[in-house]
Amino acid sequence: MIPELGHFALILALLLSTAQAFFSFGGAARGTEPWMAAGRTAVVGQFVFIALAFGALAWSFVERDFSVLYVASNSHSELPLFYRIAAVWGAHEGSLLLWSLILAGWTLAVTAASSSLDAPFRSRVLGFLGLISIGFQLFMLGTSNPFTRLMPAAAEGLDLNPLLQDFALAVHPPILYLGYVGFSVAFAFACATLFEGRLDAAWARWTRPWTLVAWLFLTIGIALGSWWAYYELGWGGWWFWDAVENASFMPWLAGTALIHSLAVTEKRGLFKSWTLLLAISAFSLSLLGTFLVRSGVLISVHAFATDPERGIFILAFLTVVVGGSLLMYAWRAPRLKSSAGFEVTSRESFMLFNNALVVTALSLILLGTLYPLFMDALELGKVSVGPPYFNLVFLVPMLPLLALLGVGMHAAWKRGLLAAMRTRLYAVAGASVAASAIIGAAAYGEVRPMTTIGFALAIWVMLSSLLVPLVRLRSRQRLPAAVLGMVFAHFGVGLATLGITGVESFKVEKDFALGIGDGVTIAGYDFKYAALRDVRGPNYNGVEADVVVSRRGEPVAVLKPQKRHYNSGGNPLSEAGIEVGAARDLFAALGDDLGQGRWSFRLQYKPLIRFVWLGAILVALGGLFAALDHRYRRRVTAEVRDAAAAALP
Amino acid sequence: MKLSLRFLVPAILFAALAAVLAIGLRHDPNRLPSALIGKPAPSFSLESLGDPAWKVGSSDLAGQTWVLNVWGTWCPPCREEHPTLVAIASENRVPMMGLNWRDDRTLAMRWLAQLGNPYVSVAYDPEGRTAIDWGVTGAPETFLIDANGIVVRKYVGPMTMDIWQKEFVPLLPAGGAGR
Repeated sequence: MIPELGHFALILALLLSTAQAFFSFGGAARGTEPWMAAGRTAVVGQFVFIALAFGALAWSFVERDFSVLYVASNSHSELPLFYRIAAVWGAHEGSLLLWSLILAGWTLAVTAASSSLDAPFRSRVLGFLGLISIGFQLFMLGTSNPFTRLMPAAAEGLDLNPLLQDFALAVHPPILYLGYVGFSVAFAFACATLFEGRLDAAWARWTRPWTLVAWLFLTIGIALGSWWAYYELGWGGWWFWDAVENASFMPWLAGTALIHSLAVTEKRGLFKSWTLLLAISAFSLSLLGTFLVRSGVLISVHAFATDPERGIFILAFLTVVVGGSLLMYAWRAPRLKSSAGFEVTSRESFMLFNNALVVTALSLILLGTLYPLFMDALELGKVSVGPPYFNLVFLVPMLPLLALLGVGMHAAWKRGLLAAMRTRLYAVAGASVAASAIIGAAAYGEVRPMTTIGFALAIWVMLSSLLVPLVRLRSRQRLPAAVLGMVFAHFGVGLATLGITGVESFKVEKDFALGIGDGVTIAGYDFKYAALRDVRGPNYNGVEADVVVSRRGEPVAVLKPQKRHYNSGGNPLSEAGIEVGAARDLFAALGDDLGQGRWSFRLQYKPLIRFVWLGAILVALGGLFAALDHRYRRRVTAEVRDAAAAALP
Repeated sequence: MKLSLRFLVPAILFAALAAVLAIGLRHDPNRLPSALIGKPAPSFSLESLGDPAWKVGSSDLAGQTWVLNVWGTWCPPCREEHPTLVAIASENRVPMMGLNWRDDRTLAMRWLAQLGNPYVSVAYDPEGRTAIDWGVTGAPETFLIDANGIVVRKYVGPMTMDIWQKEFVPLLPAGGAGR
């Protein structure tokens, strides 16, 4: 009964999305307030019913209703409650429902916060958001209904993929989706703007906080995914450039370019059409990514069957949303003129460099991700594009980006770099290079060119970020939240660069076959396989090894890697044993039982790897500070009212 | 209100992308002619799913028309097609062998116990070696092999009664004299 109610709620949500789009667009076109108000009411209704549908599916999981196909495929009677709830978004159908719920939530938030906007403009924004909702809900009801019954009911579920039974991965999708879907707000704003054919500073100021919040969730989501891959997949890597990761990284890059470009549009009224294009791209890449991953179009080559019906729907939807918005862009964008000049060393130039370099990296990553698909479609054979390509195309634009970032923060709008600032920056640059060489030589005993460049850029970015508040405080200027956010985010980028350089330069990863009592030494640490015991969890059995680590006779840690067999079957899963440290991680993963008490082990030494994620957290925190800047709340309302008043005849 | 070519570039690039995706969709899955069509079926001899001591092979059903269905419990479309397979098996026109691909024995046995077993025998292929020989790219896939051991039909994707009637039944020996 409950699943049927959920199904019915989903249908009602679709009807309300349609009403939302219809009354919002209709009301905006006719200028009738009752219609626009009806559109807003539909937003609330849509949220309520999609939440009910989501609740119904969650209830089916909590109550272990194996007569629902989706529940039977992704749950198990022994699965703990937390993972039974997380299993709601553990596969295709449920994650679409989560997507739709989050979209309805964002739409509701926009509705609540936008009462100060020009009424027809506000309505059109809600209309475009409604169109996206319609697409998703049609997709669900047409091809991916999570409430399909399984008759007769299964006696036992097939279980949630054990890889997904993990805290980080349970919270990863909702956070990632908050980011993906959050870009729909900037997208809808861009579409409404293009539709009306005018763009002012208020538009950019209105879009900025929404984009920042979406972007910061995406940042956290990506970092969580990377952290999870590190400790759960058992390989000890933190980034693999696989299609799934790229699918989240590309919208992040577009979003990064967008928040910078929006700043220029807000402050100086420049880059207008470019900013709109980025707003469209960020969301389009989110859609492309979600669909490529979830539909199996991209990964079909590896494992999952392709479902042609879903593929066709996806393509049609992408064509309408992305193609439609880009056509509107081609039609309207030429009207938006930006006609102000700026100096070569002004902040505008640096933002332009930022955009050019980030978009270059993004385009090349997109090319690499889709290339195998192109080759396959054109019958040119199956190819795969691996990490060497992605590392190269990402690294090459990032080096100048980091170098310019340190200067760009200190450049003034329009005018350029002040002479006093130049002198300070030369000193910082010199100090960074020297510090880099010293760190390489002192801590790791060698000076390598790429390592030195990496450390130097990292230190350069961190120091020049810190210079911003120092200079401001010395000259008794205010330090608004937006500036603080920039400092945090850029410092975080430097910190992550430090971590990436350290771990990629000096990591040691080795595989050994060890019997009890055997020891090996890597990177100065002595690892000894001391014991093996059986362990038992709520829904798995396994073994756990004790790997005792010492350094120069001093005990350091006991690593406890596990190998688990989940009761529901499937491949055994490795849980790494990790000793976390600021300077390095020590990592042990259990491989295979080689017989006679011998096991294969993967032992690793990972210097500075924590800084990769710590950096990402600071970046997200920076985004939060910037989004909370109070000028987004106070001045916006006043200015938009002025603009609205001026627009009246 | 004239269209500027410069501003059309993103739309044109996207159109190219959409076209390739469309070709990819049409090209990749269902009616892709297999290189195997008209060729002898690759031979295999694997452990039986239910009993590791028992061998199941391509020669078991030699001399008659038979069906090979590739499946795995990890594959949702396999679950979708399963009732159809059970219905086809109940007609008793042609024997169907299962190739359990990259799967877990316990899970697969539980699946058959729960959903019904349409197969006369199931070969267990955890490494996917045999599936590679047969050119399997995704599950489910269904092959029809004639009495001379020649692969005469391949279908990729969940089997439906409609497809079975249209594409497989006409190739079965007249009179439905499977066994």
